[in-house]
Amino acid sequence: MSDDLRIGIDVGGTNTDAVVLDPNDKILAWTKAPTTTDVSSGIHAAIAAVLSDIGDRARHVRRVMLGTTHATNAILERRGLGRVAAIRIGAPATTAIPPLTGWPADLRSVACPAATVVHGGYLVDGHPLAPFDKAAVAAFLESVGGKVDAVAVTGMFSPAFRDQELETAEIAAKVLGADIPVTMSHELGSLGLIERENAAVLNASLYAVASDVTQSLARALAEHGLDVTCYFAQNDGTLMAVDHAERYPVLTIGSGPANSIRGAAYLSGLDEAIVVDVGGTSSDFGVLKQGFPRESALAADIGGVTTNFRMPDVLAVAIGGGTMISGAAQAPVVGPQSVGYRIRERGLVFGGDTATLTDAAVAAGRTEIAGRALPSHVDSELFAAALRASDRRLAEAVDSVSLGRHDNRLVAVGGGAFLVPDDLEGAAQVVRPDHGQVANAVGAAIALASGWWETIIPTGDGRREAIEEASDVARRRAVHAGAAPDQVEVVEITEVPLSYLPKPSVRLSVKAAGPLARS
Amino acid sequence: MQRVHEIDLETLDALGRGCAVLGTGGGGDVAAPLIAAAHAIRTRGPVPIVQLSDLPNDALIAPLSGIGAPTVSVEMLPGQSEVHRLREAAERFMGGPLSAVMSSEIGGSNGVEPLLWASLLGLPIVDADGMGRAFPEVQMVSMNVAGLPVNVVIVADLAGNVTTIQPIDGDWSERIARAACVAGGASALMADYILTAEQARGAVIEGSVSHAVHLGQSTVGAADPLEALRSELDARVLISGKIVDIERRTGGGFVRGSVVVEEIGGAGRLTRVEIQNENLAVFEDGEVLASVPDLISVVDTQTASAISTESLRYGQRVSVLAWPCHPLWRTDRGLTIAGPRAFGYAIDYVPVEKIGSSVV
Repeated sequence: MSDDLRIGIDVGGTNTDAVVLDPNDKILAWTKAPTTTDVSSGIHAAIAAVLSDIGDRARHVRRVMLGTTHATNAILERRGLGRVAAIRIGAPATTAIPPLTGWPADLRSVACPAATVVHGGYLVDGHPLAPFDKAAVAAFLESVGGKVDAVAVTGMFSPAFRDQELETAEIAAKVLGADIPVTMSHELGSLGLIERENAAVLNASLYAVASDVTQSLARALAEHGLDVTCYFAQNDGTLMAVDHAERYPVLTIGSGPANSIRGAAYLSGLDEAIVVDVGGTSSDFGVLKQGFPRESALAADIGGVTTNFRMPDVLAVAIGGGTMISGAAQAPVVGPQSVGYRIRERGLVFGGDTATLTDAAVAAGRTEIAGRALPSHVDSELFAAALRASDRRLAEAVDSVSLGRHDNRLVAVGGGAFLVPDDLEGAAQVVRPDHGQVANAVGAAIALASGWWETIIPTGDGRREAIEEASDVARRRAVHAGAAPDQVEVVEITEVPLSYLPKPSVRLSVKAAGPLARS
Repeated sequence: MQRVHEIDLETLDALGRGCAVLGTGGGGDVAAPLIAAAHAIRTRGPVPIVQLSDLPNDALIAPLSGIGAPTVSVEMLPGQSEVHRLREAAERFMGGPLSAVMSSEIGGSNGVEPLLWASLLGLPIVDADGMGRAFPEVQMVSMNVAGLPVNVVIVADLAGNVTTIQPIDGDWSERIARAACVAGGASALMADYILTAEQARGAVIEGSVSHAVHLGQSTVGAADPLEALRSELDARVLISGKIVDIERRTGGGFVRGSVVVEEIGGAGRLTRVEIQNENLAVFEDGEVLASVPDLISVVDTQTASAISTESLRYGQRVSVLAWPCHPLWRTDRGLTIAGPRAFGYAIDYVPVEKIGSSVV
């Protein structure tokens, strides 16, 4: 147990990164390789690369943490999705907007051949809207038998009152067999019936994709002779155990930016900072708040479907190492086009024909490329002007995400971090941690497991008890996701006041997190 | 102004954008009502819009609105039966059939939702509303300003219950309708008054639906969307700048607060927008630049799309537009019901178009 190693892997759009960490979170090996069309072979290759670097110690690898775009791609490409029967409990209300209204027709026809709205559901104060029509649930499920692979159920106000969703799952097991997977919306989403229902249906359609990923990861690990526990990265920068990922595959969507922000936090030792991950095409700005990425208040759109996933609040700016430069020094044109991953063919400093921000950074001495030099005829005034324009856009982005504070430290990570100048306006200090180029894989490897809960509670009498109850739910969910029970802590409590409600009330959300339990 | 004759899928989008501008920061998000209206139009076809002048004197009009908490309405989506239940109660009370529905409040979600209700009932929508904008309370309607006694308020909740209220005045209609709404789950459908076309003339704000559609259309494809919107509204741009501070607090069931906008590229002017669900007043150096009942909208400087008060965030590049309200609101009774003092501001109302001329 003393030499307990972990591998963190992040599969991004451009690169697949992997790192090996020792028990003290020291980085023993890392790799950064282009992402392959067949994602599994990229993972396989990344694991091979880091394992060969650590030689004998490979047998001490105990855990693997994976951040992956599989689920996102499956939705975007409508590939490998399961057929879902969607049940909403909320008639006679809600029927003016039937389930999946507003979905792209092609995604809907692939993912959800049958949907219904049955009587039931709750009011905000817990009073039933209508008697729960269990017979209608059973009849609907009988009618779809053999035509669907999974069930998604969404009840009105289920985040506060979940019993009817649980009953629906029991009915599904009786009618369609105990093996039928059921997504209950209260496990996934917060208030906002349409978005929560969309998330539940997407989740139910991803079960097969999720088990594909977990099985191919297991195969890759077995081929390398590794007997390890696996975890998956979630969109909020925390981990979940494999069985959890198989039940909630939709939560893996958007884990990339969250991993970068968490990795930058660890590598820099900061837990309050602005983070920028500079890649080939864009710079992604996020905010680190109490060690976690700040979440976006806006609804996330996945493949044309509006959801309410807890996504990191990321501001992307079209500034990256491959960003193309043209025009003249008086009016430089900087991006948004980028040569992307082809920088090593097309950049001037690599002997190519296209002026990029990497070339401008080399000319200004912000970075150097070993064994390479710029051609002698470059327009150095244009380069200087382009860098000034780039700096200005980065500074504007820092200002936008800073919420008015000017004492923020800026942690610059990613392959293009050299583009960020040391004296960027709006940043008190620019921090460049070692191994920043693989911050996302590090983020996956060091992440905590978390759970959260959201509901509406009254202010005044009963508020304290309601918060304690919500905290208990969040802690239990963190343990279920893989956290060590004795080390789980509530890390965030947010209360948002609500207008026009009968009693003064707030929307409460609680997040609990803790280090992974030893396997 | 050219009048709109029907709302189809294309004009629906424009209507949604226009209603968001007229929401003056409040009135509820138009996103979910747009989904419901689009579904209704796809299912049953475009919704006809009629002019008040086209209706016979004794035609009955039901001014409709959603009443309740925005947080609840994202969960309690509209059903298809409550509007039929409301119609039955209205026709029983009035002793005759409804001829049309009307939006009580053109600003925000209540400007879009009547499309669903009209579509379900198979009735046209009158090109008019009861505010010309958004206001937070039931009694803040033009019919009340015009001195029409409230004959009836009908609240239909989503469980199917219908409450018919005969209040003694506008304040009581707010109090009792709110209680019925809360008992039914804090989100319900309401008819505030049932009007004859004769009563409606002069007591409602005509042309609202067409106005909202034109506003929404003005910015599409415009080289300068902000200027296009400003000119369509005949508004003043009070400031263009960046949000540098936001403060929110709760009180009396409403979210109150203020937002500070700093001018960009100017002499560093700062203005403060005061909020209570809607944008209520704009101050600069202690001077009032605009106030209710005139309309104040905070829009994205680039796209000219309206930003609701709860979506305002630090760093946004915004412009603050202000323009005159309907003359009904400028009468003594209009100002008593919805002037600055009705919202707790100890300032006298000055029409927005006069403020600039006295300062400059």
